[in-house]
Amino acid sequence: MKKVILIVLAAGLSLGVGPAFATTQAEDIAALKAYFAERWPNIKDEDMVNGAYSLSEDKRINWESMRDFPPYEDHLAIGEEIWNTPFKNGNTWASCFGDDPSTIRNRFPHWNARDKKVETLEGNIIQCQKANGEEPFKAKKGKIAYFSAWLASQANGQTINVVVPQDDPDAVAAYEAGRQFFYAKRGQLNLSCADCHVYQSGLYARGNLLSPARGHTTHFPVWRGKWARSGGDGFGTLHRRYGGCNSQVRAKSFKAHGEEYSNLEYFHASMSNGLTIEAPDYRE
Amino acid sequence: MKLKGKLPVMMLVVMAAVSGISMPLASANEELIAKGKEISFDRKKGNCLTCHQIAGGTLMGNIGPPLIAMKARFPDKAKLRADIWDMTKRNPHTMMPPFGKYGVLTDSEIDAVTEFVHSL
Ligand code: HEC
Ligand code: HEC
Repeated sequence: MKKVILIVLAAGLSLGVGPAFATTQAEDIAALKAYFAERWPNIKDEDMVNGAYSLSEDKRINWESMRDFPPYEDHLAIGEEIWNTPFKNGNTWASCFGDDPSTIRNRFPHWNARDKKVETLEGNIIQCQKANGEEPFKAKKGKIAYFSAWLASQANGQTINVVVPQDDPDAVAAYEAGRQFFYAKRGQLNLSCADCHVYQSGLYARGNLLSPARGHTTHFPVWRGKWARSGGDGFGTLHRRYGGCNSQVRAKSFKAHGEEYSNLEYFHASMSNGLTIEAPDYRE
Repeated sequence: MKLKGKLPVMMLVVMAAVSGISMPLASANEELIAKGKEISFDRKKGNCLTCHQIAGGTLMGNIGPPLIAMKARFPDKAKLRADIWDMTKRNPHTMMPPFGKYGVLTDSEIDAVTEFVHSL
């Protein structure tokens, strides 16, 4: 077993999946795809959107039966209502995002060259509210998730293509910071995102089948059984998940839509380039 | 709850003392093993079951090797303890948390876990 793991790690490094090489976004994505294709020759790249459920027949059957009656339909309806409700000042969401809701989700995350920062959809939703004198949504769950999920659902089927302008060193640096975040060991338990979602994905941590990072961001916000059981309604944003995955290794979690997680999203969403948006979705 | 669990053990100790039977060394060890097992299975402590199959455990992961035949794999108990203390020494890329080095477990907790794992 130990040998196997060492070989897997070695393979990962030799394919350039890891922080040791200065590589471009395109090279990173190609290396990641090649890495998973070699690990699971029978799993099609487009199936990676289904996360852990593409890796286990048992889990998949369970999940499919959950999806037959999606628990989040009512929340999507609230999301749509939010889109249709003007601000108190008379402006609408279209003043920030344009008036075709199907074109919004897939513009994020993106590099804002003027302010030199990564913008995320949820971060911009909050920014739009502030700019219009509205009380902003809470950052990680509740209305922001319903709204973001509805916007994502309007973009279903579109191909993810996060762009990192290679001629802008600040954009490349933000991407690189996200990459470092993803591959760095952190927390008292000394684990990186990559440990669980690249090198050991497909294995079980307790009863959890670890999903591959490719396909992670295609279906967010997600409705999670675990979140529903912990007293909420189940919906959460990507940055909520980041916070959970950080604190389970007893690492510091960061502010939703702050610089660290936005940079992480820039890199992490890039890892799904070429896959399609299929949101929202159910996760256990 | 805790007290309840301990009472029978205490009674045994008292009975043993009263009846003049000296406690064999092995039972002190057994207590350490039991404590080590508790720490290993506790999600807030060792949580070893996240990654290892261990006899008596449930919902076990398979990231690390099953912990069986440990005496054969680790004739030297100190080496076993050193791995639990800090596996990154042997493998800097390891998934296994450095339980001692990062203070996830205390020295005495690691002693107990080592004793338990060595008994497997
Ligand atoms: C100790 C292991 C571990 C680490 C480290 C970890 N995760 Fe996770 N992560 C999990 C588990 C378990 C799940 C739930 C099962 C699954 O989908 O993989 C999960 C789920 C996720 C999901 C949801 C996947 C889906 O299909 O909806 C995302 C996104 C995610 N993790 C991102 C991250 C990021 C980013 C990091 C680093 C900041 C990270 N994880 C670190 C264990 C981990
Ligand atoms: C997050 C995963 C994880 C957790 C939690 C974990 N381990 Fe491990 N463990 C591993 C991996 C992976 C290996 C394989 C060695 C390597 O990575 O080089 C390993 C190896 C070992 C070995 C060496 C086995 C051998 O034959 O070489 C021992 C002993 C061990 N673990 C004990 C423990 C104990 C005791 C605990 C809890 C206190 C624990 N582990 C918790 C992942 C884990």
